[in-house]
Amino acid sequence: MKILVPVKRVIDYNVKPRVKADGTGVDLANVKMSMNPFDEIAVEEAIRLKEAGKAEEIIAISVGPTKAQETLRTALAMGADRAILVETDAEVEPLAVAKILKAIVAEENPGLVILGKQAIDDDSNQTGQMLAALLGRPQGTFASKVEIDGDSVAVTREVDGGLETVKLSLPAIVTTDLRLNEPRYASLPNIMKAKKKQLDVKSPADYGVDITPRLKTLKVSEPPVRSAGIKVADVDALVAKLKEMGVA
Amino acid sequence: MKTLVWVEHDNASVKDATLAVVTAASKLGEVHLLVAGSGCRAVADEAAKIAGVGKVHLADNAAYEHGLAENVAPLVAELMGHHDAFVVPATTTGKNIAPRVAALLDVMQISDILSVEGDKTFTRPIYAGNAIATVESSDAKLVITVRGTAFAKAEPTGGSGVVEDVSGAGDAGLSSFVGAELAKSERPELTSAKIIVSGGRALKDGETFEQIIMPLADKLGAAVGASRAAVDAGYVPNDYQVGQTGKIVAPEVYIAVGISGAIQHLAGMKDSKTIIAINKDEDAPIFQVADIGLVADLFTAVPDLTGKL
Ligand SMILES: Cc1cc2nc3c(=O)[nH]c(=O)nc-3n(C[C@H](O)[C@H](O)[C@H](O)COP(=O)(O)OP(=O)(O)OC[C@H]3O[C@@H](n4cnc5c(N)ncnc54)[C@H](O)[C@@H]3O)c2cc1C
Repeated sequence: MKILVPVKRVIDYNVKPRVKADGTGVDLANVKMSMNPFDEIAVEEAIRLKEAGKAEEIIAISVGPTKAQETLRTALAMGADRAILVETDAEVEPLAVAKILKAIVAEENPGLVILGKQAIDDDSNQTGQMLAALLGRPQGTFASKVEIDGDSVAVTREVDGGLETVKLSLPAIVTTDLRLNEPRYASLPNIMKAKKKQLDVKSPADYGVDITPRLKTLKVSEPPVRSAGIKVADVDALVAKLKEMGVA
Repeated sequence: MKTLVWVEHDNASVKDATLAVVTAASKLGEVHLLVAGSGCRAVADEAAKIAGVGKVHLADNAAYEHGLAENVAPLVAELMGHHDAFVVPATTTGKNIAPRVAALLDVMQISDILSVEGDKTFTRPIYAGNAIATVESSDAKLVITVRGTAFAKAEPTGGSGVVEDVSGAGDAGLSSFVGAELAKSERPELTSAKIIVSGGRALKDGETFEQIIMPLADKLGAAVGASRAAVDAGYVPNDYQVGQTGKIVAPEVYIAVGISGAIQHLAGMKDSKTIIAINKDEDAPIFQVADIGLVADLFTAVPDLTGKL
């Protein structure tokens, strides 16, 4: 079977985001950008399934600007077979991304689509669930374990109370959580090889999807800042503080 | 506006997370509830007593027992024919179901709201809470998940809602529940605890975490949390993780032990009333948000502290 892995180019997780002075968004000029960490986990999982003989082809997809080609090349260097960039400079909301992915699923007929559970920029946590709804297929969200067995997949999910396992009939949608795997680094030879792999460039219009946003961002502001407090000299001073607060 | 609130429950009782959502929904209009589950009439009766609620829709069907999104989302989508907003807690259950409903309704969901600014305008955190966006929806219906720490809890009693049975299509035949490994603990739940003691990578291993963190938590009647590093290393289970991609908490007192204070961790706890940090590195970023800091080796400081309380 084929596995589709959508990947998003986002601010690197080590960078502290700064709100633009004019309140229109977060400053991304000259900021290090990387593949969304949850998507790296998705790519890794797809590769492991392929290595285990459960999948034949991995297709990485990104909806984003020209530079998202870099993100796709990273996926290809890790081990994806080919890539599709659905190019647009607009900010595309999860609902529209899900619609584009739905159209690609119709062309490629994958057995699994593995997505990150959330992107660390907009923190929406929606696209996988939306895609599953639009396709009328089952969803295994926040996965920490994925086991394919014939025509179904068992997904262990990280839930608030602990872990939960569901069985889904294939084709299915899976979204990754942190404990699913530890993504590999691409080796230099693989980075070189990735440059030659097929990367098709499309547009949202090619898939007949209207990407006009449904949400209008009126402003983006700084969160309230916490000022640093005091340092106490030793444990006794901390005990005194806790007693003052009525905690102990 | 008529809202439909997802009642979080375990088929036996209403979970606390529901109460903040009722408050958020009441800022939009009438509050109706949905209790979807199996053998859960007692939950509906309990939910009907939450202050300010109107109708309680009860969908009692084996297919809804475990809240499988494939089964529940079509039921909600149908009920949304006569409601204007679906309002859900930003729990793992809510986050699983709401976007599926949103897509069925062709609506762009508004995730994790912090405030209601108008009929269609909300604030929400982006970039791990390093920015707050004010967004306005242009959709005819709203699908919203609510950050529990941002809204006061509605009173669990005093209401006089009316329970009404509804039936949905039941099992969509796409998925089934296999089993769960749910943590059992005598300690308070992380998201509703007044005091939290959290441990980080510095705790070395599960046994050390247990020996150092648990006695302090028990002395304080606190819940126990952890950083991602501590969870990844297997010191504690995944449901302990506090942060951008774990649980969002805002207790009266948050004690961070051997946690550096990465932005992803701060995203989950910086709305705590008082933050206390114990770290041997005086330059650790956690001290930039801590109200009270103690620069010390946790392996001596924490047992000492526990002994003196
Ligand atoms: C996609 C993504 C999502 C993430 N989501 C989360 C999340 O939800 N929650 C989260 O917590 N993290 C999250 N992280 C991870 C985050 O970036 C940090 O790696 C993590 O929080 C670090 O955990 P830590 O503070 O325990 O470990 P470290 O950063 O290693 O810090 C350990 C601290 O312990 C101190 N220390 C060591 N020995 C002692 C001692 N003897 N006494 C006292 N102090 C000592 C050190 O000075 C240091 O400050 C995420 C990362 C990514 C990429």
